[in-house]
Amino acid sequence: MEIIMSIVIGVSYASAVFLLLQKRLLQIILGIALLGHATNLLIFVASGLHGTTLPIIGNEAKVLASTAVDPLPQALILTAIVIGLALFGFSLALAYRCVAVLGHDDVDQITHTDSLDESTSLSEN
Amino acid sequence: MVPLLTAAFAILSREHPVVQRCLSLSGIVVLFIVGFILMGQVLEHNYLTVQVGGWEAPYGITLIADLLAAIMVLFTGLIGFAVILYSLMSCKQDGFSSAFHPLVHFLLMGVCGAFLTGDIFNLYVCFEIMLMASFALLTLEGRAEQTEGAVKYVVLNLLSSALFLGGLGLLYAKVGTLNMADISLIVQQAVADDNAGPIRLAGLLFFVSFSVKAGMFPFFFWLPASYHTPSVPVSALFAGLLTKVGVYALIRLHTLIMPGEVLGHKLLLFMGVATMLIGVFGAASQMHIRRILSFHIISQIGYIIIGVAINTVLSLASAIFFIVHNIVAKGNLFLVSGIASNAVGSEDLHKTGGMWKAWPQLAIIYLISAFSLAGLPPLSGFVAKLSIVWATVESKLWWVMAAVIFTGLLTLYSMIKIWVEVFWKDHPEKNWTLTVSKDNKRLLPVSFLALFAILLGIGGGPLFDICMRAGEQLTDSSGYIRVVLGAPQ
Repeated sequence: MEIIMSIVIGVSYASAVFLLLQKRLLQIILGIALLGHATNLLIFVASGLHGTTLPIIGNEAKVLASTAVDPLPQALILTAIVIGLALFGFSLALAYRCVAVLGHDDVDQITHTDSLDESTSLSEN
Repeated sequence: MVPLLTAAFAILSREHPVVQRCLSLSGIVVLFIVGFILMGQVLEHNYLTVQVGGWEAPYGITLIADLLAAIMVLFTGLIGFAVILYSLMSCKQDGFSSAFHPLVHFLLMGVCGAFLTGDIFNLYVCFEIMLMASFALLTLEGRAEQTEGAVKYVVLNLLSSALFLGGLGLLYAKVGTLNMADISLIVQQAVADDNAGPIRLAGLLFFVSFSVKAGMFPFFFWLPASYHTPSVPVSALFAGLLTKVGVYALIRLHTLIMPGEVLGHKLLLFMGVATMLIGVFGAASQMHIRRILSFHIISQIGYIIIGVAINTVLSLASAIFFIVHNIVAKGNLFLVSGIASNAVGSEDLHKTGGMWKAWPQLAIIYLISAFSLAGLPPLSGFVAKLSIVWATVESKLWWVMAAVIFTGLLTLYSMIKIWVEVFWKDHPEKNWTLTVSKDNKRLLPVSFLALFAILLGIGGGPLFDICMRAGEQLTDSSGYIRVVLGAPQ
């Protein structure tokens, strides 16, 4: 199971990097989102997939059963998913704003803030 | 906790600008005072810890303040105070949306949280809070330039966050804990057993991620592309604080989480020198006030990184002192340049001039902070740079010392370039007069910071002693570990 999941993570990372290297803004943002999901999977798999029972200490037991899964990575991922969702929403809004203000979503043309020459900088609107 | 409360109240009062501003100001004053109290407490006890929720370390989340964290929180309060004061007095006041104050406080919350946490996942969460607030602040006015700068800033920072998270997952898988003190023990054990391969991988991911956030060579491109676009108080806040959080995380990584030679200090040293030189060359070629200052942030980060990389008590102390000096001087320069360009009508150095005659008080304050940044005595930058040079001499790294001094000269050059172009030469248009009123009230926050720059220079001794103690704490992490985990290990 770990091997299959590792391959899935690897493919996700590769696709994410591919998307990040594209010209369109939307593809880049999807790339970031995919990267986030791949990372979440990575946390999940890296700590092992060997647990079989819920990580709850029952009424009689004093310690966690050794068959229980590690709950911490799941808590981490939950947090990371929430944060990731918020950031994804923000970046989509930003991309929308970018298209609305600049009229295109081609990152090769977004070079005004780097240019040395003031005359090429955008007029304030 | 103070910024969180303030932010919440500030959101609630968004319909009433006056109430919101009063709340915001009082919130930051309280934060500043709390910073002082914390500093006093830490000076007395060396470490303060809180186990959140009552779970004992390493299972619960620990908040810990050592000297480094206390210093950082104190100066976070200082720069936050100056920035909010500035925004209150700025002429463009009405242009600020009601979101500004809550966002600033969320940002401060993230920054202070990152300084105080003793849990590596908590550090990640605080980074994200800080990033989210900074994204929103960056795009607050929604101008085309800001959107452009924000795209680059957002993409690169999200990428580095993903790397951080990935490293975190791998590290947890290997060591089974998220408590930084606990990790440190296990990593030391693993290194002793020569079994640190996966840990090094995770450490490398952290290293790249923090370097992106600190704006180090070769990951600095997002910084000069975005820092000059937002409104002046926002960019002053960013310049003073955000990259410093990245540096802070790097310090923690190299002294506590992966102590000793787990990650090469040589690499860090090379990157520091390269960062310093590239930043100052970039600044020398620019003709836009805030872009010059943005490139200088990078170059200053280089100095701090060199201090971290040399990794002696003295060099760490000088790195910490440099961070403090830089927060004050850099934030102030951004604020002064904001007032100046607002008064003169442009940020392009070709179109400015005549400010010395028009507004000498402002010119003097600029000179103080610029010379402080360039490192002329008796200002704070002199102490900071001198101590870095000392640290290089102590470690016999002559080529680094040469680079440090050379960069200092170039810094002076570009600071003087701004001085000549904005203040000294005549304005390019004849019969030019100031269009905004010379309201000396607006000089209050900047003169406050300039005063600090002088104080840090003349009376820098006590603070440097504190920095030395902080450096000792950093080079010997056993005290930190003992305090967090409670029992002698």
